[in-house]
Amino acid sequence: MLSFIFKRVMVAIPTLLILIILSFLLMHAAPGGPFTQEKALPPEVLANLNAKYGLDQPLWRQMLSYVWGIVAHFDFGPSFIYKDRTVNEIIAQGFPVTLTYGAIGFVLAVVGGVGLGIAAAVYQNSAADYLAVGIAIGAQVLPNFVLAPILVLVFTLWLGWLPGGGWEGGAWPYVIMPVIALGTSYMASIARIMRSSMLEVLTSNHIRTARAKGLPEYKVIMRHAFKPALVPVLSYLGPAFVAMITGSVVVDMYFSTGGIGKAFVDSALNRDYAVMMGVTLLVGFLTILFNLIVDILYAWIDPKIRY
Amino acid sequence: MALLDVNDLGVSFATADGTVNAVNGVSFALERGQTLGIVGESGSGKSQIAFAIMGLLAKNGRARGSVKFDGTQILGATKPALNALRANHIAMVFQDPMTALNPYMRVSDQMAEVLVHHKGMSKTDAIAASAQMLDAVKIPGARQRIRLYPHEFSGGMRQRIMIAMALLCKPDLLIADEPTTALDVTVQAQIMQLLAELQREFGMATMLITHDLGVIAGFCREVIVLYGGRVMEQAPVDDLFAAPSHPYTRGLLAAIPRLESTGGALRAIAGSPPNMTKAQVGCPFAPRCDMVLPACASTMPDLLPFAPARARACNRRLEDMA
Amino acid sequence: MILSPIDMTALAARLASLDEVAGRSLWADARARFMRNRAAVGGLIALVLITLFALTGELIAPWSYEEIDWAVMGKAAELGAPAMANGHYFGVDDLGRDMLARTAQGTRISLLVGIIGALISVVVGTLYGAIAGYVGGRTDQIMMRIVDILLAIPFMFVIILLLVMFGRSLFMLFLGIGLLSWLSMARIVRGQTLTLKGREFIEAARASGVPAPIIILRHIIPNLLGIVAVYATLLIPEMIVTESFISFLGLGVQEPLTSLGRLISEGAGTMRYGTIWQLAFPLFFFVATMFAFFFVGDGLRDALDPKDR
Repeated sequence: MLSFIFKRVMVAIPTLLILIILSFLLMHAAPGGPFTQEKALPPEVLANLNAKYGLDQPLWRQMLSYVWGIVAHFDFGPSFIYKDRTVNEIIAQGFPVTLTYGAIGFVLAVVGGVGLGIAAAVYQNSAADYLAVGIAIGAQVLPNFVLAPILVLVFTLWLGWLPGGGWEGGAWPYVIMPVIALGTSYMASIARIMRSSMLEVLTSNHIRTARAKGLPEYKVIMRHAFKPALVPVLSYLGPAFVAMITGSVVVDMYFSTGGIGKAFVDSALNRDYAVMMGVTLLVGFLTILFNLIVDILYAWIDPKIRY
Repeated sequence: MALLDVNDLGVSFATADGTVNAVNGVSFALERGQTLGIVGESGSGKSQIAFAIMGLLAKNGRARGSVKFDGTQILGATKPALNALRANHIAMVFQDPMTALNPYMRVSDQMAEVLVHHKGMSKTDAIAASAQMLDAVKIPGARQRIRLYPHEFSGGMRQRIMIAMALLCKPDLLIADEPTTALDVTVQAQIMQLLAELQREFGMATMLITHDLGVIAGFCREVIVLYGGRVMEQAPVDDLFAAPSHPYTRGLLAAIPRLESTGGALRAIAGSPPNMTKAQVGCPFAPRCDMVLPACASTMPDLLPFAPARARACNRRLEDMA
Repeated sequence: MILSPIDMTALAARLASLDEVAGRSLWADARARFMRNRAAVGGLIALVLITLFALTGELIAPWSYEEIDWAVMGKAAELGAPAMANGHYFGVDDLGRDMLARTAQGTRISLLVGIIGALISVVVGTLYGAIAGYVGGRTDQIMMRIVDILLAIPFMFVIILLLVMFGRSLFMLFLGIGLLSWLSMARIVRGQTLTLKGREFIEAARASGVPAPIIILRHIIPNLLGIVAVYATLLIPEMIVTESFISFLGLGVQEPLTSLGRLISEGAGTMRYGTIWQLAFPLFFFVATMFAFFFVGDGLRDALDPKDR
């Protein structure tokens, strides 16, 4: 098990380095320097700025110090627009917000999706089944940026139950709609995957063996069918995680929650490359980290992978 | 009173192509400690008989008739009632040991849960008892290897595990559904020998389902020959081999390759098994029978006794079979 | 097993009789299966109607998509509701521009992005996957490792990055979406190629000395068309969502051009002022397009790949 984790980490590290170097080069390839503005700066000011941000150094040295800053200190350097703030500060401000509603949304999507999928499979062709399948198809055509306005329309404008935006330190009325907007379509997808894999597992030979043991149905499902049916869901979790982080941008924009998605869009509109890179890299790190966790979960479920 | 009394059992499946009648009017009885073989080709419905007894038919399957275990009707019994019987009084060994064991659980957990559930043992005691049973089916180093996963065992070893698991509660009836089909020929003989030894040792009634008459010969006392979901012939095993009373049985016996017969082609029964979706009229074997009579196409003969413990379902007179 | 020699002849006879019945080609079969699927046919009809609307909507509307109706400008909530009298059948947007013309134009951009994105993914993904799968060995490992690494990158962020750095143009949008879309296609195609590679007719072609590029183009790719068609149909809505997402954030196509995502974003921003039609019409066309592609794709999959259900 340990050697398996070690192997996965050894693959993850070069992926991370490549990601950092690629993003540095991309940032450099962008037309116009960060200080190219409509009103040209005097040359001596520009030279001073370039020296301050290390832009007068040869490319490879700039790259080395950027990579080193990230690897050694987790330091993404200064923002190019807000002269007195570092990228780290900007990210640190929004990250807890994103993490809060993102984690709640993700957990709800996984737990709800898995539960709904099992119910749909076990009570096939029942109301629960139709509900799950209906939600799954509906959610497939209602991405977060469509769902968010509909939610506000219904719960804020018509019913007046929930505030249409804001965060207020994460008070629960402000968390509900972001979580629903973010999580619903992934819950539906997970439910659909879980349903079909559970249906398939329930026809397999080892389930018949478990039934022949005289175990009650809930034990057959939870002890014998649950783990194998979870495998296809696991392989969906990686992409779902990326998609949910991406979706947080919409949530931040639409509900004014102030997470890193907001920082990203603001920096995109301001051409603040350093912040954009920082957010992109952070998301990349999280993705790789998350895929590592998924790999370990695979090994936990399937003993054949472990050795 | 017989331990198992099956009367006019029928099994049908609702499929997209219509209703498939896999088993039609099968009756037999099995006494305590006795051995019964059910022989038939694939598709003859022999495994479905076992599943119907266990209540393990696929979702689209329905069983009719009567199955009495120890005098109690168990066909259509409630789930809790069936669950109390399964593994505890009626245990089953499945065809394919590669897939019949749960690949995601340790052997110890899979075996112990049977004893924990039915006998209320503690987990530790249950694992110890399971390891003893693995010893009994001659798995070397059982105490250590019980902690392994199924994929870490060979096919023959896995079938031994399946057998040990079935015997944990010392059942009154063991149903073995093609226990050796998925195994290498050399391992097949070992498994059958083991089953025979265990059957004598534990004294449980055993129902062996197979397509291989050779396996039946060494193991069972009684045998039922099944074709197209119907019983063709029923006999003590020695009588069946000595004097088959049905053209199908004779075909099966002739098709067994023998060492002493030198040269000559392997004999086979011409044609293929019947399409079970069609409603059956007449004898299902008639299209392939080399002794077919005009009546066979329209009349399914009843299964009639003609000698002690023997019965046959054929329009031909017994004398014609000589 | 005792019956196997006879079984084989029986099987051969059955196959021969099957051939007589099934004289139709794979594609004709698939078309028949597709036509029996009501949801799929309904989706197809809806798609045709939506396309017609996207192409002709601006001709029906008395106003163009960028023309501002000064009579209703600034008073959208009071005067700009859908009406026959002033020629704004779908109402006007916040700036007093005709929603019918804008919705038609936005639908056209969204369809275009979806189709072009899917085309890029078909061409690049099919070639990449077929080469990786056919050549195999180290090449295959390296090529698929690259796909794995690229898939680990949060691509939406990268597309936005590209758009910001190199200017927001339709071309960059297509390029960005194209970059994203071929990865999963390459994976699917590679898997299929691996199974095809073992088939007799490929072996035969290889044995008779046909060079690899010709085998890939002549023998492998034509046999992949079914599955590629299915996934391309399922990719189109994904591409549309991607574009709409970017446009929703205000980073996609630029004014006065618009797309469904942009219109939904604007409508969502103004709906609290009682101009619900600004959200409703684009939302309707977006959801209808999604549903239509979903059912068509599903129907195609069932028709071309009936065992995969």
